[in-house]
Amino acid sequence: MSPTLLAEFRAVVGEQGLIWSPEELKTYECDGLTNFRVMPLAVLLPTTTAQVQGVVRLCHRERIPFVARGSGTGLSGGALPVEGGVVISLARMKRILEVDLPNARMVVEPGVINLEVTGRVAASNYFYAPDPSSQSVCSIGGNVAENSGGAHCLKYGFTTTHVIGLEVVLPDGAVVNLGGNTLDAPGYDLAGVFVGAEGTLGITTKVILRIVKRPELIQTLLAAFNTANEAGSAVSGIIAAGIVPAAIEMMDNLAIQAAEAAVHAGYPNCGGLLLVELDGPIAEVEALMVQVDKICREHGASEIRVAQSEAERMVVWKGRKAAFAAMGRISPNYIVQDGVIPRTALPEVLDEIDRMSAETGLRVANVFHAGDGNLHPLVLYDRRIAGQEHAAEKFAEDILQLCIDKGGSITGEHGVGEEKKHMMPKMFAEPDLQTMQRVRCAFDPLHLSNPTKVFPRPRMCGDTPGEYHAHPLETSGVAERF
Amino acid sequence: MSEIIQPDSAQALAQALAEANAAQRLVAPRGGGTKSDWGNPGARADIVLSTAGLNRIIEHAWADMTVTVEAGCTIAHLQKTLAQHGQRLAIDPLWPENATIGGILATNDSGALRIRFGSLRDLIIGMTIALPDGTIAMSGGKVVKNVAGYDLPKLMTGALGTLGVITQAIFRLHPLPLTAKTLSANLPTLEAAQALMLAIQDSQLAHSALQLRVATMAVDILFEGTEAGVASQQAFCSTLANFQESSPEVWKAREQLWPAEGADIIKFSVLPSEIAQAVSRPKAHDCVVQATGIGHAKLKGADLAALRRQVESGGGSFVILTPSALDAWGSPGDTLTLMRAVKQQFDPNQILNRGRYVGGI
Repeated sequence: MSPTLLAEFRAVVGEQGLIWSPEELKTYECDGLTNFRVMPLAVLLPTTTAQVQGVVRLCHRERIPFVARGSGTGLSGGALPVEGGVVISLARMKRILEVDLPNARMVVEPGVINLEVTGRVAASNYFYAPDPSSQSVCSIGGNVAENSGGAHCLKYGFTTTHVIGLEVVLPDGAVVNLGGNTLDAPGYDLAGVFVGAEGTLGITTKVILRIVKRPELIQTLLAAFNTANEAGSAVSGIIAAGIVPAAIEMMDNLAIQAAEAAVHAGYPNCGGLLLVELDGPIAEVEALMVQVDKICREHGASEIRVAQSEAERMVVWKGRKAAFAAMGRISPNYIVQDGVIPRTALPEVLDEIDRMSAETGLRVANVFHAGDGNLHPLVLYDRRIAGQEHAAEKFAEDILQLCIDKGGSITGEHGVGEEKKHMMPKMFAEPDLQTMQRVRCAFDPLHLSNPTKVFPRPRMCGDTPGEYHAHPLETSGVAERF
Repeated sequence: MSEIIQPDSAQALAQALAEANAAQRLVAPRGGGTKSDWGNPGARADIVLSTAGLNRIIEHAWADMTVTVEAGCTIAHLQKTLAQHGQRLAIDPLWPENATIGGILATNDSGALRIRFGSLRDLIIGMTIALPDGTIAMSGGKVVKNVAGYDLPKLMTGALGTLGVITQAIFRLHPLPLTAKTLSANLPTLEAAQALMLAIQDSQLAHSALQLRVATMAVDILFEGTEAGVASQQAFCSTLANFQESSPEVWKAREQLWPAEGADIIKFSVLPSEIAQAVSRPKAHDCVVQATGIGHAKLKGADLAALRRQVESGGGSFVILTPSALDAWGSPGDTLTLMRAVKQQFDPNQILNRGRYVGGI
């Protein structure tokens, strides 16, 4: 980057807000997906919307691509820098601007950490529902970009359900407000398409969130089964009974072992562990818990216990949320996948993963959001053994193909990012992908905002739709064209 | 007279659109026709493109709690089919006997159940649309949890058919409740009614609907769930106000604002804490407001422009649903340029519902 341009960026964000020495830039060369690395030209750390706007305007003028970054915990390379581009970190925009309990809303800056949102209103018995496993470190801006989920979205919905409005800096530097403070703002649901667009439509600088009243009672049941398939059939039984739990999580034996080694959650050693959480009015939860217990026993549960205190419940969840990181205890390296299948396909998919595991000789630990069919298979390998990394990558991709074949998706909550963009044409036809990118052309015709992600082939936005002929109604002044 | 085209497949519909586009003929998509006067009058369409021929329920995957349904299927028919497996699309739109899936999506019409289950944007998981250039495009999918690609189903929901024609939709479903009970309480004043709704929202009750009928100053609440759960919540409710068991008919209050008979019917959206203030201004007796802050009112001879200014100045919105000399939508905020850019990408010749949407789109 030229010294003049660097000076211009410095003028916007100040000396403290500019990183350009190679040693310091190293921190930003990847996100939570560490096998892709790109060095950015510079990292900008704005503290206000005006500074974000200033940076984006410079990028737009100079045609420099930019990538927004929150806490950098993403698992699909969404915050991976792009060649010849800068990173705009929102980590210093971390103020909670407003708490409005009567209307169950909060206004926050993008760098606010997910768990801090709940932290601010917990004393009033409110919480922020989306709870990705990384919630103690991940940022709301990142959650918005990825439409993050978590264990409790089965009942409460995803980030998009909880975002009412957004202040956004568009790729040309314009600041706009999508959605609003009240529901159903007239016009296209631009906030709806922005959330989950993985930073390809602009940068979030302010978020209006919906918060939720804490239920009267939360109960968590652990049920041990001989096999993951038995646990899976119990899940189907619960759903078929018309029960919508707050969360249903499943872990197989390898995942249980890893979680136990890491956090000693006291999980029973079994082939398939189910964690079912119900919440709501006391009488409702107690009645349904009896039913869940019965269904689990009918499907062969050998051991059932209900967490007896809030502390015990927290330990149960800690084990589940630590499951990914815990793999380090049982394997030098692992790949996390994020496929989704219709829940009823679970038995055949598990069998098929087992078969592939035997074939490749690579172990797979399975952690699922079982209620909504979101699989997190962890393919274990050892990088030091020649060829294993490649084999593991191939295996992980075969699992995603299996999800697509069963009518599912390549990602339930981690995003497409850099990692899975080449899988998009296997899930969608070319017209589908081209149509999505029409939105991108409307927001970012120059392809500056996180340009190389999500789509394998960018759509040319300059395509002219053909010569325009005025409609007779226009020439007669009845209708107007803008 | 507009020409009426009624294709019997998505392919035929896309073909008809492409031909209209090539000939620069204006198209008005049409489902059940229950809300065809919503939005601005716009330019008169050359072609009415009916989805009546696309009315099949493609797949009710009841064990996965999803349904794939064509746009022309009516809500009532869909609900009846889903009920065979004890399930429902958790939404209560206007005129379910005639309103179609495509129509409620295009108009983003949701009712009182929204407070518990969200609106259509929270229930739709996949969509197929036909674009003016003949493209048929799918987005989302058949699984509830899915972040692959842009969320076009949300963009299309509430777009009044100005970006493309919805041919098929996929929804997540909910179980039919084991039991349901409606309670109502009469309050002396608007302020008291609002205070009660806010107190309920701030409680740990798990209600499925909560509304205020201004004419009788009645607050209605709906509980669904197990017998035990409903009974305990009913008991708690009695400590807040004099709630009595009432009829589920009260949930039709919004629909009963129609026919307009010369009055104006408006939809407004305000913060829940500002409902009393919003409703007191026009002295709207014929008015139903959900605890979410979304209300519908029937007004006779009111100064709509002034009311709109007041609601908008507080960050709310004010949409006129019946034909009016005023713009139907009100302020588009600061996103009109962006909305026009989106329209330009999807329908560059502006053949779809021209002039009927926000900001003249």
